[in-house]
Amino acid sequence: MAEPAALSEMEVGAAGLAVSLRGVTKVYDSGVSALGPFDLDVRKGEFVSLLGPSGCGKSTALRLIAGLNAPTSGTVLVSRPTPPVSGGHSIGFVFQEPTLMPWTSVRENVRLPLKLAHVPAAQADVRIDEALAQMGLAEFAGAYPRELSGGMKMRVSLARALVTDPDILLMDEPFAALDEITRFRLNNDLLALWRDLRKTVIFVTHSVFESVYLSQRVVVMTSRPGRFGTEIRVDVPEPRGEEFRTSADYAGYCRTVSNALVPSYAGQPGS
Amino acid sequence: MNSLQVPPLNAPPLQAPPLSAGQATPDSRALRLVRILLPSVVLMVGIAAWELVVRLYDIPPYVLPGPSAVFRTLVGDWPVLSQSLLTTLLTTLEGFAAAALGGIGLALLFNQSKWLEYSLFPYAVILQVTPVIAIAPLLLIYLPQQTAVIVCAWIVGFFPVLSNTTLGLNSVDRNLAGLFRLYGASRLQTLLYLKLPAALPFILGGLRIAGGLSLIGAVVAEIAAGSAGAGSGLAYRIAESGYRLNIPRMFAALLLLSAAGIVIYGLLALTSHLVLRRWHESALGKEN
Repeated sequence: MAEPAALSEMEVGAAGLAVSLRGVTKVYDSGVSALGPFDLDVRKGEFVSLLGPSGCGKSTALRLIAGLNAPTSGTVLVSRPTPPVSGGHSIGFVFQEPTLMPWTSVRENVRLPLKLAHVPAAQADVRIDEALAQMGLAEFAGAYPRELSGGMKMRVSLARALVTDPDILLMDEPFAALDEITRFRLNNDLLALWRDLRKTVIFVTHSVFESVYLSQRVVVMTSRPGRFGTEIRVDVPEPRGEEFRTSADYAGYCRTVSNALVPSYAGQPGS
Repeated sequence: MNSLQVPPLNAPPLQAPPLSAGQATPDSRALRLVRILLPSVVLMVGIAAWELVVRLYDIPPYVLPGPSAVFRTLVGDWPVLSQSLLTTLLTTLEGFAAAALGGIGLALLFNQSKWLEYSLFPYAVILQVTPVIAIAPLLLIYLPQQTAVIVCAWIVGFFPVLSNTTLGLNSVDRNLAGLFRLYGASRLQTLLYLKLPAALPFILGGLRIAGGLSLIGAVVAEIAAGSAGAGSGLAYRIAESGYRLNIPRMFAALLLLSAAGIVIYGLLALTSHLVLRRWHESALGKEN
């Protein structure tokens, strides 16, 4: 644990891992130590939630995996498809905000990753149609983001993340700002999508209920600087649906996860 | 996946509108009418009072011409005045184009290179804070007159474009910028697809200010230049008419300058509205 294991990208792929973090720390320029040392292995096709108090570095971990920030120390390994698909991108990222370009239509927003990769327009159009259909957005292709509700905007954001057919989907509290009904719907849609496509999903949330409902494994992080606290496997037969949300199993898992979260909040005022 | 039912966009809202909403439309229409009507009435009253005072006290036109005299001059001197108007408008347009290109171009350069920004920005500020009327005589010594006038219009016009564009380019959503990095966008792609569109409302705001300022710059330079000839603008006509105590023509030329300023502002505001109306808060109706 002291020495960061130097796995090559090939070894990560061969071991069936999609993402591997070893002794990763992140200290921001301001001197704030946000993360770690943090270790995490995520298998291919796994749905993992990172759960922890706000400011524990969950989002930081996600940004490090995406390569949006560089770690201060440690190694971040992400398996990449060989050979890379044209216009494909191995990582899709969904932010807490929909993060859409307000000056253009839903369709052009979804097109963005393909446009940046210089995918020919005809080929891109097919994939855009597919991604829009997946998220139930076909009728809204011509709408502008401001004409959509919060939930619909988040769907556009998801469609944009899916349009490159990524292996790994990183989601940073994507549904936190939505009302409960919309969140439940998007939870169900996301689960259905995951069952169909079997992408690796790393889902950051501060909701115990959301993490249990969605994931196969809940990783509970400690408070700042965030470390791997405990993990809880949610062994429930697929497919999960609304009946799971009201089952005794679900309540039990939520209690377990809540209890695991208690030490993370220890010493924090107001908890 | 498609099991959820999404209401079509143009469906009426489900909840009943608040009671006042029913009256809001006629109310706002009446308000708009009042906002056009009131200043018009003030204008009429003002013109009538002006004419009345001039006639009652028998003020000679070389002291204060009445509105009717100004209007007669406007029509009578139209061949001279229209030529001057054209000259001034052309100068303003050239100065504005130079200000727009220079301001946006310089902002883009500054955005690409911090070194360039640190080296040059203070001088842009100095150029802006030094009164253009004091610079104009110097420019007229070193440059041909026509060029000097355009340079004056450029000096006053370019700074708002530069500073607004800079502000716009720096106002890009951080997460969107992160997304562009994630997808490996090149500098050019980031500029074309992210920074420029995000800066567009700011750029248009800068241009709107620059339009009026270019006119001021052109007028200042013309007055400083003070030369006669076929290529003389409206400001020169004002100065010249002043020397000749042709006060009605001064007023007529002034009227044309004001009208030119209003038209320039209106055109730029309209352009801004048309470009932004689908997405930017500034161009959206209140009910949205």
